[in-house]
Amino acid sequence: MLLTIRSLTKTFPGTRALDGVDFDLAAGEIHALLGENGAGKSTLIKCLTGAYARDAGKISLDGQTVSPKSTSEAQELGIGTVYQEVNLLANLTVAQNLTFGREPTRFGMVDGRAQRQQAEAMLEGYGLDIDVSRDLSTYSVAVRQIVAIARAVALSGKVLILDEPTASLDSREVETLFGVMRKLRDQGMGMIFVSHFLDQVFSLTDRVTVLRNGRKITTERTADLDRVRLIEHMLGHTLENEVAGHRKADHGLPRSELLRFEDFGRRGHIEPFNLSVGEGEVLGLAGLLGSGRTESAELMFGVASAHSGSAQDKSGAIDLSSPRAAIAAGFGFAPEERKADGIVADLSVRENIALAMQARRGWARPISRSEQTRLAQDYIARLDIRTSGPDQVVGDLSGGNQQKVVLARWLAMNPRFLILDEPTRGIDVGAHAEILRLIDEVTKEGMSILVISSELDELIAVANRVIVVRDRRHVAELTGSEITTETIVRAIAAPEQGEDAA
Amino acid sequence: MTALLRITPQLLTLAALMAMVTLFFPGFLKIEFVDGRLVGPVMDILKRGAPVGLLAVGMTLVIATRGIDLSVGTVVAITGAVTAWAITNGYGLGGALVLALAAGAVAGIWNGCLVAIAGIQPIVATLILMTSGRGIAQLVTEGRILTFSHDGLAFFGSGDLLGIPVPALIWLATAIGVTLLMRRTALGLLVEAVGVNRAASALAGVNATVLLIAVYVASGLCAALAGIIATADIRGADANNAGLWLELDAILAVVIGGNSLLGGRFSIAAALLGALIIQTIDTGILLAGFPSEYNLVIKAALVLVILVLQSPNLAGHWYALRRTFGRQPAATTATAKGAKQ
Repeated sequence: MLLTIRSLTKTFPGTRALDGVDFDLAAGEIHALLGENGAGKSTLIKCLTGAYARDAGKISLDGQTVSPKSTSEAQELGIGTVYQEVNLLANLTVAQNLTFGREPTRFGMVDGRAQRQQAEAMLEGYGLDIDVSRDLSTYSVAVRQIVAIARAVALSGKVLILDEPTASLDSREVETLFGVMRKLRDQGMGMIFVSHFLDQVFSLTDRVTVLRNGRKITTERTADLDRVRLIEHMLGHTLENEVAGHRKADHGLPRSELLRFEDFGRRGHIEPFNLSVGEGEVLGLAGLLGSGRTESAELMFGVASAHSGSAQDKSGAIDLSSPRAAIAAGFGFAPEERKADGIVADLSVRENIALAMQARRGWARPISRSEQTRLAQDYIARLDIRTSGPDQVVGDLSGGNQQKVVLARWLAMNPRFLILDEPTRGIDVGAHAEILRLIDEVTKEGMSILVISSELDELIAVANRVIVVRDRRHVAELTGSEITTETIVRAIAAPEQGEDAA
Repeated sequence: MTALLRITPQLLTLAALMAMVTLFFPGFLKIEFVDGRLVGPVMDILKRGAPVGLLAVGMTLVIATRGIDLSVGTVVAITGAVTAWAITNGYGLGGALVLALAAGAVAGIWNGCLVAIAGIQPIVATLILMTSGRGIAQLVTEGRILTFSHDGLAFFGSGDLLGIPVPALIWLATAIGVTLLMRRTALGLLVEAVGVNRAASALAGVNATVLLIAVYVASGLCAALAGIIATADIRGADANNAGLWLELDAILAVVIGGNSLLGGRFSIAAALLGALIIQTIDTGILLAGFPSEYNLVIKAALVLVILVLQSPNLAGHWYALRRTFGRQPAATTATAKGAKQ
C-alpha cells in the first residue's frame, strides 16, 4: 500500500469528526471518498495535508509513519491537494503559478525564460495547448484545475487528493480532467477523489470508501457496488421515496397568479423578459453558466436594478430597486456563492438565521437572544442542520449545512417568493434530497419558488415550469410533460428551436 | 459572564501594570479627598485618558465594520478649533458645543460617504481628512493659537462633578451609552454582520451603506467630544498639536482590547481598558521618574510585551510548550502555577 491510515481520530469541541477511521490507497489507484456533508471527508483530508493535527491514529506513506504539520510539509512528503476552488493566484501567469516558490533564478533574479521552459515541461502530457506566459485568469476553470494538478503532481508526486475537482466544470471539461487522472493512474500515482457526482465516481474510480458521522462504513471495489447500495451506505438508511416524479401529479392544476414581471430587463445583464409566477409554483431556470440565469435572479431581487419593465402583484406595482425593497415585498434570495454572499462566517448559526428577520424589523427592535435561540433550534431540527448548537460559528460547518442555514434564514421570513440559486451545488445526496423535499413542503403551503440549477434532473424533479435561458435571453418555457432532459438540452443548445418555443 | 471572560486579559494586564507602577512609585494607588474632589494618580489617569478613551469608542465601531478611521486626531483639532472660535465669537457655551459636535458629524459623514458610497478603502478615505484636516483647523483659528477664558467651557476640561473629573465622566458616560445602544438594540449584531461580510449582509436586507456611514459619524462625534475636552483643558485651540497622533493611540487601544482589525466581533469595554492601559503606561513612566527621553522607548517595549502576550499564535505555542514539558506530575505543575500567581 502506498498510503495507510489506521484508526485516525480527530475531535472538535462538541463533535467527534473522525472516529477510528481506516483507509488504504494503493499506487496506481483512484479511490473515491464519499459521504454526506459532515461525514468527515474534509477532516480526513485536512489531517492528511497537515491542516489539522490528528488526535490519535497512524498515517503511513510508503511504510513510513508521517505526521505532516503543514500543507508544505505534506507536499514535501509527497501528498498534494487540488481543491474545488482552485487555490492558485489568478493574477499571475501560468508559468509563475507553476514555479511559485521555486522559481529558477539567474544571478539572484528570476529567470523568465527558464521559468517558462520549466512550466511547459511540467504541463507536458496533460494535453493542454496554452501559452504559459499569459495570466492564469485568462483560462477557464478546467484549465486552471489541470494547472493545479500539474503543480501538485510536480511538487508531490506520490499521493494526489482531489477535493470536488469537477464541481464547476462542464461535461467536456470533466472528460479532459478524467483523461489526465487516468494517465496519472497508469503512471502509478495514488489518487483520492472526493465528489458528489456518483456517475463520475462509477466511471472513474477503482475503489470506494464511504464515511458516515466520522466512521468508516465500508470500502469496496467500485465494480462490485451498485448505486442504490452506495447511497444507502451514505445515508445510513434505505431511500424511502425517490424525489423524481413526485410532483408530476399537480402540474396541470390551475394556479392563481402571484407575481408578474413585464418587459423586465437590464442592458448587459438580461434581455427584457415576461414572467408570470403562480402561487405555490416551482419555477425552474435552466441554462449554461453565464447565460443569464443568475442575472435574472439578481434583477428580480433588486441586486441590480431594472432598466426596463415592471413587476406587479394583485395590488399593483412592486418596488424592486434594492434587496431591502425586494425583501419588504416578500422576496427572498439564497445566492449561488454561498461563502461570499450567503453566510456571515464569523457569526453563529443563531445570528445567521436571525439576520434577515432582524434587518427587516430594524435595529431599534432587537430579537431577544432567547427568541433567536428558539428560532435557531427550531430550524436546526426542521432542516436537520448538523451543528453542535445554535451558538456554533457558521464558518465551521460543512458546505451543505451552511446552505441549510441560509435557507433557514429565508424560511424564517416566510417569503411569498423565494429565489434559490444553485441550492444544491456541492451538497451531498442526503442534503440534496432534503432540500428538494423542503421545496416541495413549503410550496404546498403556498410559497412560490424559483430554482436555478445546472442539474437538469433536479429541475425535472421539482419544477412545474422550466424557463430556459440562453445568451442572456429567456428563450423557452416548458410545462408539464414537456419537461424532460432532452427538451431542456435542446432548448439550451439549438438556437432555431429555442426561438420557436419562445 | 462571557462578557467578563472576554475582558479578562485586559483586566489582568491593567492590574499587572498598576502593580508595576506601584513598585516604582508607592503612592500610585493613593486617592485623597481634597477641596471636594478626589485627587491622586489614578484620578489623573482617568482624566488624561479621556481623549484616547473617547476616540477608542468610535474607533471600535469603525474597526468592527472592517474599517479604520485615521482622521480622528485631526477631527479633534478641527472640533477644538470650532469650539474655541465659537466661544470667542460669542455663540455661547451651547452654541459652541453644538457647532463642535456638528463639525464632528460632518467629518464622519464625509468619511462614511467616501467609504460606503464611493467605495474607497477606509485607510485611504480617512487619510484624506487626516492630512487636510489640520489645514481646515488652521483656517478656523486663522493660524493662531486661539485662547479664550470661559469658565463654563473650561468646566468640561478641568471641572469636577461629585468629586470626579468631568472628562472622566464624559468618556465613561459615552462608553456606557454606546455599549447599551449597541447591545440593547440590534445595532451591535448588524455592525458585526456588515464587518464580517458586507455583501451577504446587504443581501439579507441589512442597510449596510447607512450603517457604515453611521459608524463613521459615531467616530466623528466621539472625536468632537475629545476635541471639546482637549480645548477646554488648555483653554485654547492649537490647530497644529491638538490630537496629534491620537488616532494611533486610539487604534492601539482597540487592538490591545483584543478587537480584530479584520472586523466582526467587538468589545467597547475591552477597547476602553486598552485606552486605560496606554494612559497608565504614559502616566506611570512619568511617575516612576524615568528621564523623559526614555518614555517612548519604554512605552513601545511595554506595548510590544502586551501584544505578544495576547497573540493567539503565541497561545498555540504556550499550549505546545505546556504539552512538551507537561509530562511531569500534575501536582508539580499545579503548585508551580499557584506560586506564579
